[in-house]
Amino acid sequence: MGSYITFPELLIWLPLLAGISCFFMKKGEAAKTMAILASCIVLAVSVGSFFYTDAAQYASYNTVNYYWLKHIGSSFFLGLDETGRLLTFLTALSFPIIFISTQKNNYKNPGAFYGLMLLTMAGLMGVFVAIDALVFYFFWELALIPVYFLCSRWGGEQRIQTTFKFFVYTFAGSLLMLVGIMYVYMHTPQRMFGDGSVSDHSFALQSFMGALLQPGEQQWLFWLFFIAFAIKMPVFPFHTWQPGTYDQAPTAVTMVLSGVMVKMGLFGVIRWLIPILPAATSMFANLVIILCIIGIIYASCIAMVQDNLKKLVAYSSIAHIGLMCASLFALNELSVQGAVIQLFSHGINIIGMWIVIDLLERQTGVKHISQLGGVAQKAPVLTIFLVIIALANIALPLTNAFVGEFLMFSGLFKANAWYAVAAGLSIILAAVYTLRMIQKVFYGETNAVTACVKDISFAEKASLGVIVVFIFLLGVMPQHIIEFTKEAVTALIALKK
Amino acid sequence: MSNILEFVWLIPVLPLIGFLINGLGRNNLSKGLSGIIGSGVVLASFIISVLVFVQVKSGGSLDNSYFDFINISSLQLGFEFKVDVLSSLFLLIITGVGFLIHVYSTAYMHDEPAKDFAKYFSYLNLFVFSMLLLVMGGNFVIMFIGWEGVGLCSYLLIGYWYKKEENTDAANKAFVMNRIGDLGFLLAVFWIIAKIGSVNYDVVFSAASLAKFSATDITGITLLLFVGATGKSAQIPLYTWLPDAMAGPTPVSALIHAATMVTAGIYMIARSNALFSLSEFTMTVITIIGLATALLAASIAIRQNDIKKVLAYSTVSQLGFMFLALGTGNYVAAVFHVLTHAFFKALMFLGSGSVIHAMGGEQDIRNMGGLHKHMKITSVTFLIGCLAISGIPGLSGFFSKDEILAGAFGVHGYGKVIYAIALFTALLTAFYMFRLYFITFTGKFRGTHEQEHHLHESPAAMTIPLVILAVLSIVGGYIGVPEALGGNHALAQYLSPVLKSAAHHLEHSTEYILMALSTILVVAAILFAWMKFKNYQGEGEATGFGRLLQNKWYVDEIYTAVVTKPLAALSGLLDRVVEKKGIDGFVNGVGRAVNYGSRQLRLVQNGQVGVYVLLMVIGMLVLFFIQLFA
Repeated sequence: MGSYITFPELLIWLPLLAGISCFFMKKGEAAKTMAILASCIVLAVSVGSFFYTDAAQYASYNTVNYYWLKHIGSSFFLGLDETGRLLTFLTALSFPIIFISTQKNNYKNPGAFYGLMLLTMAGLMGVFVAIDALVFYFFWELALIPVYFLCSRWGGEQRIQTTFKFFVYTFAGSLLMLVGIMYVYMHTPQRMFGDGSVSDHSFALQSFMGALLQPGEQQWLFWLFFIAFAIKMPVFPFHTWQPGTYDQAPTAVTMVLSGVMVKMGLFGVIRWLIPILPAATSMFANLVIILCIIGIIYASCIAMVQDNLKKLVAYSSIAHIGLMCASLFALNELSVQGAVIQLFSHGINIIGMWIVIDLLERQTGVKHISQLGGVAQKAPVLTIFLVIIALANIALPLTNAFVGEFLMFSGLFKANAWYAVAAGLSIILAAVYTLRMIQKVFYGETNAVTACVKDISFAEKASLGVIVVFIFLLGVMPQHIIEFTKEAVTALIALKK
Repeated sequence: MSNILEFVWLIPVLPLIGFLINGLGRNNLSKGLSGIIGSGVVLASFIISVLVFVQVKSGGSLDNSYFDFINISSLQLGFEFKVDVLSSLFLLIITGVGFLIHVYSTAYMHDEPAKDFAKYFSYLNLFVFSMLLLVMGGNFVIMFIGWEGVGLCSYLLIGYWYKKEENTDAANKAFVMNRIGDLGFLLAVFWIIAKIGSVNYDVVFSAASLAKFSATDITGITLLLFVGATGKSAQIPLYTWLPDAMAGPTPVSALIHAATMVTAGIYMIARSNALFSLSEFTMTVITIIGLATALLAASIAIRQNDIKKVLAYSTVSQLGFMFLALGTGNYVAAVFHVLTHAFFKALMFLGSGSVIHAMGGEQDIRNMGGLHKHMKITSVTFLIGCLAISGIPGLSGFFSKDEILAGAFGVHGYGKVIYAIALFTALLTAFYMFRLYFITFTGKFRGTHEQEHHLHESPAAMTIPLVILAVLSIVGGYIGVPEALGGNHALAQYLSPVLKSAAHHLEHSTEYILMALSTILVVAAILFAWMKFKNYQGEGEATGFGRLLQNKWYVDEIYTAVVTKPLAALSGLLDRVVEKKGIDGFVNGVGRAVNYGSRQLRLVQNGQVGVYVLLMVIGMLVLFFIQLFA
């Protein structure tokens, strides 16, 4: 509609086109270069979008609305709001880091690999900018389908089994959501388009929010959407696809999954679930929070007994995501603000974790804690990075995660003190499993497996360096990100019924 | 210099710079340079602290918010510093004692490779930074940042020699036990935020005085804060990490685990006295826990043979005394004891380091003996430390401990019982300290010939701090001479804007009697120790009660059996049964069922037109009936 090409479009089309062109590249190096370059350009676009945040002044830069499937009331409606901008930035920042830090991994058929990765990136961008339910659903699937192929073709030994489970889970979730979307759609009012044409119903977010739903309908619709998002996050007890998938997927894909893709579920709650079904949200909020808190403690306990590094991080992530989900449903300013900050912080921190694990696995061929040891002597710089990231993972003050977790816990406390007490146990448990991991893997004497470990190269240092900069930047001066997301938070909690 | 208070931010920033230089430049810095940078920044902070102290003494104070940390409508939280009488005093202790320990470390750690040497100093600097943040913070969150920061540094330094699993185990234990306390602290902070949306000290305390908190709120908040204090300041039930923390280098034990970090809990409660004074229940709990910890730790110290372990349990016990003072509303006495304890305990830890250094790493006092001949400065200064902690009149410990005991005596109702137990603990203190002294420094040497050959006094960088601390251990008490002895208690006057003086005033005659009583008994305990241990020749296996004490009342074993093992078992169970068999089993079952179902369904598509027609008819009938009844 606008005379410019808008940010949301750029963020989607650039990786999409780059991804498609990767498929046609015969040379692996070319595809890799293409992926790195394209993702860096997307990052630049995303950074650029931060200079045009004023909604009124720069509307034509940030929103776009093509007539698409007019007769059924859908249009290709994209827009960049604060939360969306934050998450598209997370996506844009993650992919170059992922590509650069894993560039030493060799994939068979690299053109297809990088192509699929970039398609995923395009899908993720679409999810975070869609304001039309059909478009949202379209990108949701676009983001997921390449991941199935990435896992099943480039994964570890048990890739078929785990991918199958991953597929079944997420596919079931998507179907539930589709049913939900269709049902809400049928109850939306008429939509009048700019050119005068009229459709009976509408897929626009605004119309969804105005859908005429009885309380009873809201209640079961809530579970359709919630389960779809809960699987994606994942929240207990919908999580069992996740540890296996993180373990078996190629690390680059695991990074995407854990750093960015899990945010799709949380974002779905922010953008769609709460706004469409506010009454049901308040009704079931406590139930969801309790489920999340059970999951937090449950996953923390299981993380304590994991020997597989990747599964340890996977379970720790379930605990962290559970906290974010609970905070969103607590729906007060503190908790939601904390969750929004943590959406970003968790993403970069966990990618940092994977970079270190990937590095160890690539050099030693081992991912089990009991087989490692004494890495600190061989790779002191790597160890410093790991320790900083691990401390951020357990939310030490002056790291980014502290700000998020502090706000989330205070918000939960405000909702109900016992929530904070119960979820707070994870603060202790997280210290237990994280420090045990540091001790067993990095401290102690070296052994035959770790004797060959070399310290990190420049590319990895740069990737981890960026992450560490963000850890401290957001940890010491979080007010900037708070200022940036404040309005979105206020708008969301205003929906509370 | 017009107003030094404008530059207080330099006090923590300088050590932070030291940390960054030593941390980033560790591969390039020589040992000499790392040592100079590490100690220099702390010295600079000390000098500023002295100037600040002078300024504050003449009535200055500072409340400044440097930037917004978190500012939303339900929480306003600035990066605030507060410098007043209480924090300025702690600044002196931290930077002053800290500086001496840095200097001492340059000699003590001299055998480390340059890289590790720089790392060590960067950690020490980071610790000083965190501790300064803790006491300078103007709200509970800035305090908490320092609070966890010191915990982190303690973890890093306990596990400094990370190749030995024993050390890293101790480091993990310290961090986790501190974290348990930290959760309490955090919950208290959340509680405050939920009630008033601010954690600024002034706002919180005035809200408390305006009764914006209910009685339950106050009791809950203060109890949770106290849980935090039991972690950091090693009180029952979270004290067991401190003795294990002795795995770190000895100067670290002196700095972190005796003089500064462990007093964080005392500082926090003294700082929040406006809250604590409002909850009688919490105060009673603090009194009981403090007293019980003092007694328990002292009883364990009697039977320890590791020189640092004795000092560690002694620290736990002395911290118990401080909490006893806090619990009885005797805040000034608690802070006074923090000060004197910082001097004599740092002195004794550094002294033990000097001994360990001379003994080539040996820490078991049964293999020492007669060291006085070989290292006179260490021996004499250590003796001064022992006299001071025992409360011999004229030395610093006498004044502060006496004030605590007198305060306890004056408590209404059960004051005399508290006093009796505390006095008994003080006797134990004198006894175990002199047991340690006599076994180590008098009698015959019991180590190997090689060790004996090696015995030497430590270098000046180590002995000078010892001498300075010894002098302070003697004279440090004179800032708090009680009225009964003709003093005016300068410290109490200095602190009076923040801390009320002891609530319970005793008759002077009663005070004299109490002083005389404790002095006589303490001297008797020392004499008893002298008779028993002056010619120590080793002793048989401990039996009965002695064995119980030697094994620290088996508290660690009990914790392992009650908490650690069940938790591990539960986690294993969740992983193996609930996760793999339960939830995942269900999901896989559904998957299998779908698979099975589709395989069965596939049989329907067998290519026989008749079957298709049949199904079609059935379908139409179903639709028909649905229409009919809808």
